[in-house]
Amino acid sequence: MSFELSSLMPALPEIFLAIAAMAFLMLGVFRKDDSTELLSWLGVAAMAVTGFLVLRGPDAAVTFSNLFIVNGFTSFAKILVLMGAGLTMLMINSWAKQAKTARFELPILVLFATLGMMMMISANDLISVYLGLELQSLSLYVLAAYHRDSIKSTEAGVKYFVLGALASGLLLYGSSLVYGFAGTTTFAGLAEAMRGGEPHIGVIVGIVFVIAGLAFKVSAVPFHMWTPDVYEGAPTPITAFFSVGPKIAALCLFLRVLVGPFEPMIEQWQQVIILISILSMLWGSFAAIVQKNIKRLMAYSSIGHVGYALVGLVVGNEEGARGLLFYLLIYLFMNIGTFAVILSMRVNGRYVEEISDLSGLAKTRPGMAMALGALMFSMAGIPPLAGFLGKFYIFVAAVNAGFVPLAIIGVLASVVGAFYYIRIVKVIYFDEPAAAFDKPDMVNGAIMALCSILMLVYFVAPSPLVNGAEAAARALFLG
Amino acid sequence: MSPETATVGVGLSHYLTVSAILFTIGIFGIFLNRKNLIVIMMSIELMLLAVNINLVAFSSFLNDLVGQVFTMLVLTVAAAEAAIGLAIVVVFYRNRRSIEVEDINTMKG
Repeated sequence: MSFELSSLMPALPEIFLAIAAMAFLMLGVFRKDDSTELLSWLGVAAMAVTGFLVLRGPDAAVTFSNLFIVNGFTSFAKILVLMGAGLTMLMINSWAKQAKTARFELPILVLFATLGMMMMISANDLISVYLGLELQSLSLYVLAAYHRDSIKSTEAGVKYFVLGALASGLLLYGSSLVYGFAGTTTFAGLAEAMRGGEPHIGVIVGIVFVIAGLAFKVSAVPFHMWTPDVYEGAPTPITAFFSVGPKIAALCLFLRVLVGPFEPMIEQWQQVIILISILSMLWGSFAAIVQKNIKRLMAYSSIGHVGYALVGLVVGNEEGARGLLFYLLIYLFMNIGTFAVILSMRVNGRYVEEISDLSGLAKTRPGMAMALGALMFSMAGIPPLAGFLGKFYIFVAAVNAGFVPLAIIGVLASVVGAFYYIRIVKVIYFDEPAAAFDKPDMVNGAIMALCSILMLVYFVAPSPLVNGAEAAARALFLG
Repeated sequence: MSPETATVGVGLSHYLTVSAILFTIGIFGIFLNRKNLIVIMMSIELMLLAVNINLVAFSSFLNDLVGQVFTMLVLTVAAAEAAIGLAIVVVFYRNRRSIEVEDINTMKG
C-alpha cells in the first residue's frame, strides 16, 4: 500500500496543533525572558487556526487504517473542546500574571491536553481511544499539580494521578477483553461482531470495565471521589479547564463508544448507564448542599450536570445524542462564565474561594453579582434561561423514548439542585456585605459578561445551535 | 494454536487467569494499601502489566498482530505515566515531607 499525503488531510487540525505545541515548547525553552504571556496568546491563536481547520476539513473521512474518523459529530465536539480550551487559556493568561506563578509550560500543557481530547473524539479504534485518553490525562495530572509549592495543589495532583491511572487501567483491561473475545479493536469490526448474535460473556465483562473507566473520566457517581478534591486543590483556571474540556471530550467519547461499536448491546449497557446517571444526578444535588468552598461546590455541580448529560446517553438514539450535545454546549458557557466570576474573587490581590466571601456582592460589585446571578439561575434550570433549555431537550428525549421515571428523577434532582444555586443568589443579594472584591480584569469581565448575556437572551433564537447539534447527532448515527 | 496443543500445554484460560489475578492484586493494592504511595505506583504498574499479558495471550491465540502492537503502545505509555507519577510524588514529598497514604488528607468531605 503506497503512502499518499492526502491520507493525512482528515487529521490536519490535530497535526497542526501538535506541531504548534511542540514549536511553542521550543520557543519557551530557548527564549531568555519569561514567555508565558506570549505563549498563551500564541496558544489561543493556534486553537483558533485549529478550529478553522476543523470547520474546513472533510465532511466525513476515515484515515490511518481506520484508527481515526472525522464526521459532523467529531467536528462539532472538537469545536466545543477548542472553545472551552481557548476561553480557559485566556483566563489562565490573566491569572498567571496576577498570581505571579507564570511558567511557560502552562499554556503548552493545555495545548497538549486539548490535542489529546481531539484525538479521543476522533478515535475509531480501542487503541486510539487509549492513546488519546492518556495524552489528555498525562497533561492534566501535571496541570493539577501545577502549583508545586502548595500542599493542596500537589495533593490534588497525587489524587488525580492515582485514580486516573486506575481508571486507565480499568479501561485498558476492558479493551483487552473486548479485543480477545470479539477478535478486533476497530469500532466497525466490533459493531460487526456484536451484531452477529449473542455476544460472549467475556465481551460483556469487557464492556463493563470500559464503561467503568470512562465513568471515572467523566466523574460519574460512583466513580467521582477524586472530583471535589482535585477541583478544590488545583489552581482555579486549571479547575475551569477540568470542568469543561475533559468532561466534554470524555462524554463525546462515551457516546461514540456506546452507540457505535456497542450499539447492538444497548440492552446490556443501558441498565448500567441508567444507574450511574441517577446516582450522579442525586449525589450532585444533595452533596453540594453542605459545601462551603465554591470550587468544591462546582465539583458537585459538575457531577450533577454529568448525570443529566448521561440521560441523553441512556436514550441512545438521535434525539438523545442531540440533547447531550446541546447540553454540553450550554454547560460549556455556564461553567466558563462561573469560573470567570470565581477567578475575580480577589480581596486586595489575594484569591478567596469561600461562598461566604460572596456575601453582599450586589452592593459592592453589582455587575458581577448580576452576572453570577444569571449564571446560577441558568445552572438551576429556571426557564427561560439557557440552562433550562439544555435540560428540556434532554428530558424530552427521555420521555419520548419511554424513560419517564428517569426524567422524573432528573427533574426532582434539579429541584434539589436549584436550592443550592439559588442559595448563592441569596448570599450575594441579601447578606451583609463582606470585604469588597478588587475590580475584575478585562478578560474575566468580558468572559462573564458574554456568558451571562448568552444565558439570558439565548431563548430568543435557540434554533441555530439546536440545529447544529442535531446535524452532529445525525452524523454520529450515520457512522 | 490447535486444540491438541491447547489441552496438553498451557492454554489461553491459564494466561487469562494469571492476568486476572495480577489485575485484582493491583486493584486491591490501591484500595487496601494504607502504607505509602510507592506501593500504589507499583500496583498501577501491576495492573498495566496484567493487561499486557492478556493482550499478548489473545494476540497469539487469535493469530492477530494487533494485540502485540497494542502491548508495545501500552508499555510506552506506562513508562510515561510512571515518570509523571513519580514526579508528582516528589513534589508532594517536598511539601509534605511524607509519602504516607494517611498523610494525603489536607482536603476532605
